Amino acid sequence: MKYLMLVCLDPSFTPGPNEVDDAPDVNEWVKEMDGRGIRLIGERTRPASDATTVRVRGGEVLLTDGPFAETKEQMVGFDVLDCADLDEAIDVASKHPMAWGGLIELRPFWEGDDA
Amino acid sequence: MTDVGDVVAAVYADGWSRIVATLIRLTGGDWDLAEECAQDAFARALRRWPVSGVPERPLAWLTTTARNRAIDVIRRASVEAGKLREAGMVEPSMEPVPAPAYDAEIPDERLELIFTCCHPALSVEAQVVLTLRSLAGMSTAEIAAAFLVSEKTMGQRLFRAKQKIKNAGIPFRVPPAHLLPERLPTVLHVLYLLFNAGYGDPSRERVTAEAIRLARLLVALMPDEPEARGLLALVLLHDARHAARADTDGELVALDEQDRSLWDGARIAEGEAELERALRRRRAGPFQLQAAIAACHATATTAAGTDWPQIAGLYTELLRLVPTPVVALNRAVAIGMADGPEAALPILGELAADGRLDGYHLLPATRAEMLRRAGRDGEAREAYAAALELAPTEAERRFLRRRIDGLG
Repeated sequence: MKYLMLVCLDPSFTPGPNEVDDAPDVNEWVKEMDGRGIRLIGERTRPASDATTVRVRGGEVLLTDGPFAETKEQMVGFDVLDCADLDEAIDVASKHPMAWGGLIELRPFWEGDDA
Repeated sequence: MTDVGDVVAAVYADGWSRIVATLIRLTGGDWDLAEECAQDAFARALRRWPVSGVPERPLAWLTTTARNRAIDVIRRASVEAGKLREAGMVEPSMEPVPAPAYDAEIPDERLELIFTCCHPALSVEAQVVLTLRSLAGMSTAEIAAAFLVSEKTMGQRLFRAKQKIKNAGIPFRVPPAHLLPERLPTVLHVLYLLFNAGYGDPSRERVTAEAIRLARLLVALMPDEPEARGLLALVLLHDARHAARADTDGELVALDEQDRSLWDGARIAEGEAELERALRRRRAGPFQLQAAIAACHATATTAAGTDWPQIAGLYTELLRLVPTPVVALNRAVAIGMADGPEAALPILGELAADGRLDGYHLLPATRAEMLRRAGRDGEAREAYAAALELAPTEAERRFLRRRIDGLG
């Protein structure tokens, strides 16, 4: 199954010394997950202040400066994972350093059969 | 001759979850189809067995009937789909099969079902209702009635829970050993929630009974897990006091005022035996400690004879494992009973200052009890009044009013 892994900041949480010292290294994570064929693609993204929201209403393209929703949890990157099941995706996400200091959301892809 | 309805009911109690689990595996995770086919098999049994007689192995008959229907439904669906597109959906293994010769040949995947229903990626609410539907075999209408929502609302809740399992890819399996320490507590928590949700509420007796039955099942499936056995011991020991918990008018009776002759001695003995077996593994955990505390109460012949120093020690150990303010509150009660109310009042003061129990009626109620025992009636009255403001149920408010009246 494919999952979109949204990597976010968690402004409500300040990492303690444990999270800082024990958090895994992101380069190691990328190397391991690429090697296992789990991480299909992944990028860091620019902050919400650089985002542009696009809507077409009545045939007209409307643009808004900023993200579509003002949330405290800002997305700073994403990865696409190919995992056997949710348990594997949880395991992979929990090894990412941003799970230790920020938070990660796992969104399953809409599978072809259901569309 | 035995009534066929009774036979079907007996097989349903143990067989429902086993058939559903087998069918979930067979259908590759189609929970709705699994339940529908299980239901259909029991309906057929009710129609056919009075005429043809009860088969030699009822569970095998029901499993095969449900299985064959599931295969039939999947095959018809794939033929339908095949008209639109090429799809070799039906695997050769999906041929209808004759009933297995022995029940032991029916796969038992109830443990997989338990862990999937209680997967931590589901909300607690979803875990609870799925467990009642898929494991306990309660109907949507029965669960709706127990949780005071409409059948339609409960149906949607169950639907969303099953959708999440399917769409999010929650696996149908027993977690591997390295995940068990974090997954088993979720299962135990759900079963204990079920027990408490039904306890003392006559309209939810079935929920309590199912919680005890599922705790027994979990112990049978995981005999080496001391915490599973600890949970079973705990619910048995609590349930043993059930008849004494309310008087003939339905009023709550405090533990120290309960008629101990109404306690179920056989249940207490069973609970104690399970606790002994669990403790022998020498891996104490929160449920074993709570069961040990319940056993101290259940085996005291009089309220005055309760071994409070022992209970206080057990709560101190429990607080170390589960550092929550509610456990700290219970520990304060035990210390007050063991060493006198003046020993508990400073701890209760710290808990009040801590603020995490703000709005919880049992904090002022406990303070009131300790003040009353210390002979400080004026302060006790004030504390009871504060508890009365916060008490969530009418039964508890009546109980507190009786205490206030008793102050004279």
